[in-house]
Amino acid sequence: MNTTGNVADAGGTETDAKVEVRRFLALLTKEARQIVRDPSTALIAFVLPLLLLFLFGYGVNLDTARTRIGIDPRDQSAAAASLAHDFTSSRWFNVVDARSTSVLGRELVAGRIRGIVVIPDGFGRDVAHGGGTIQVITDGSLPNMAGFVAAYAEGVRANWAAQRVSEHGRASIGSAGPPAISLEHRYWFNPGLTSRFFLVPGSIAVVMTMIGTLLTALVVAREWERGTLEGLMATPIGMGELIATKVVPYFVLGLGSMTLCTLLGIFLFGVPLRGSPWALLAISAVFLSPALGQGLLISAATRNQFVASQVALITAFLPTMLLSGFLFEIPSMPAPIRLLTYLVPARYMIPQLQTVFLAGDDWGLFLPNMGALLGFGVLFFGIAIKVTRRRVA
Amino acid sequence: MTGARLKSIIIKELWAILRDPRTRIVLIVPPILQLAIFGLATTLEVKNMSLGVLNRDGGAWSQEVIERVAGSPNVGRVISLKSDDDARNAIERQRVIAVLRFDSDFSAKVSGGRGGTIGVVADGRRSNAAQIVASYLDQIAASVGASVSRRQVRPVAPSGPVVPTGDFLAGRSVVVNWFNRNLDYLWFTMPALIAIMSAISAMSVTAQSVARERELGTYDQLMVSPLRVSEILVGKMVPPVLVGAFITTVYVILIPWVFRVPLTGSIALLYGALVFYLLALTGVGMLVSVLSATQQQAFLGMFLVAIPLILLSGYASPVDNMPDWLQVIAHLDPATYFLRVTEGVFLKSMSARDVLDNCWPLALICVVTLSASALLFRSRME
Repeated sequence: MNTTGNVADAGGTETDAKVEVRRFLALLTKEARQIVRDPSTALIAFVLPLLLLFLFGYGVNLDTARTRIGIDPRDQSAAAASLAHDFTSSRWFNVVDARSTSVLGRELVAGRIRGIVVIPDGFGRDVAHGGGTIQVITDGSLPNMAGFVAAYAEGVRANWAAQRVSEHGRASIGSAGPPAISLEHRYWFNPGLTSRFFLVPGSIAVVMTMIGTLLTALVVAREWERGTLEGLMATPIGMGELIATKVVPYFVLGLGSMTLCTLLGIFLFGVPLRGSPWALLAISAVFLSPALGQGLLISAATRNQFVASQVALITAFLPTMLLSGFLFEIPSMPAPIRLLTYLVPARYMIPQLQTVFLAGDDWGLFLPNMGALLGFGVLFFGIAIKVTRRRVA
Repeated sequence: MTGARLKSIIIKELWAILRDPRTRIVLIVPPILQLAIFGLATTLEVKNMSLGVLNRDGGAWSQEVIERVAGSPNVGRVISLKSDDDARNAIERQRVIAVLRFDSDFSAKVSGGRGGTIGVVADGRRSNAAQIVASYLDQIAASVGASVSRRQVRPVAPSGPVVPTGDFLAGRSVVVNWFNRNLDYLWFTMPALIAIMSAISAMSVTAQSVARERELGTYDQLMVSPLRVSEILVGKMVPPVLVGAFITTVYVILIPWVFRVPLTGSIALLYGALVFYLLALTGVGMLVSVLSATQQQAFLGMFLVAIPLILLSGYASPVDNMPDWLQVIAHLDPATYFLRVTEGVFLKSMSARDVLDNCWPLALICVVTLSASALLFRSRME
């Protein structure tokens, strides 16, 4: 902690420039040692990326598995039995129960099933006349799941109906020709539509926000709490120098963590890196400037670890997750919140990360976003220095 | 005697949290703002997207499709593009999520009954949104296509495999969405936020409690006081439970009143389950706190617990979709149970029995984590 004093003493025999370099290096060593010594830093820099990639790789699955449903077969006909069988053997559904809707309804409330397929009385007769309507009850408290159940239940029914037509050789009432207008979909950059491919690059922004903002805010707030920062300011070290020694180790840690995420993403999850590693490094380095600046600002403004941690969580972590376009589409948000997203640095980071991983180097897209990030960086550092000066004075 | 000691430690713990005005603000104001901001932002609906159109066809049918696309509530802006390079650039720079490309003979093919094809190129970097936009476009194409077959009586020669479509045969599926008829996403997010936000606040407060004493050196004073370990722990559990209950109360008032999400079930049941939930969370938070030597470790440790707690609860994606082994882990997550209760009480007027089914796992989590904390606490004392 007190290496500064020794360096200042040794200053008499050396030139000022040399002293400054040595002093800076000594301080830097002190900070680096503090980081290495504290197991919680390693937790955030190396365990958090693993955890996030793991959860996004396996846990947050937007592609659905077999959904548990119930069937209420009110009709005794062969057609109803055959349709019920198609639901049972469908790869989309797991039919756990076949009972009356009133009984199944309670299961739906409890959340043990996600939908009920009702095959109404008279279904067999209607089918014989070219009709046959079923009812699908979904659990609207899970809107996405409900949409899925409705769409796939209709898919099972339509397939079943089509199969009957081809088996019974009876012409259908509607036209079975090619649709008048069809779409030919192609997805650039991610033809397989793997959700991991955008979740993994997105988690890099989250991890770097954690290190840059949350960790820096906590560490520096502790120094304020204990008064060690004022102690350092009383020495001949300049403000810029002091801030640099606080920031450089976390900058390096942030890039290290980014590298870990990238390697895991590529080798464990098979995410391509189509752009150059240098572009990725440049993008990440630029992103760390607002992240670190924000961390410093929070610590100087709060000077209390608990408050700093909460503010960092609310102003950095949550916006990076929710308002950056990483998990939720910005254009779909209400207008006031859309405006708010322009103040979230990660908003300018997510498109760059997605592009460098999935599309390639596109400096026309990178440079304006980097400019915005640097702007935020300058702003945050500027205010942080101002607040710090005022606190000391 | 125990009562008096307990009372004084509870007062001390409350004072430790609420003394600092900034802490008071940080515990109360952000959760309310978050309800508005994150509640409205976290929608998986895809609306207001920009699309590009490269129309080499001068005919009526491409015009019809474009007008229908532009009129869709899911589409914000339709940008007219001049060339393939233009289209490529618009997608690469993310000005549009997808481009529709009409060949010069599109309308002629449609009118001639040969079936016109629209090329759609979408940005796979945003694969989820791109897929949803594509499915909207499919629906629009199908409905314009249907009007084509109505307008021209000429029969279409069947060719190729039979493709089952929505109104294949006269049969169909009538869909009824229980609990949330219009599948309003807000109705899901808002009750879920109760579980998430009260967890973050309650766990932050608990995690700091023991670690703070250790960092400041007051831990030793606590040790030499006549307080029992159980009394110290109970004292430390009161503030997080109060903070969590306060946030929930604010949410329970604002969600039906401002956001118009129906509260169909019993508030008493919600609060009953809330007590179990908050106790389980303080149990988890206490374990983190006892294991940490400094506040920094406690906070970061809490964070590492909070992330899987939120992501595995069913808030980010349904638990049913996870691989089996991860579902086992999700069932150790207190938020999984309480999320079911908040959704159930708000939207499904859940019965006491169903609520109770979700309470006993919470009680179990609480007992296990608190016993472990007490053991660790005691072992650190010696």
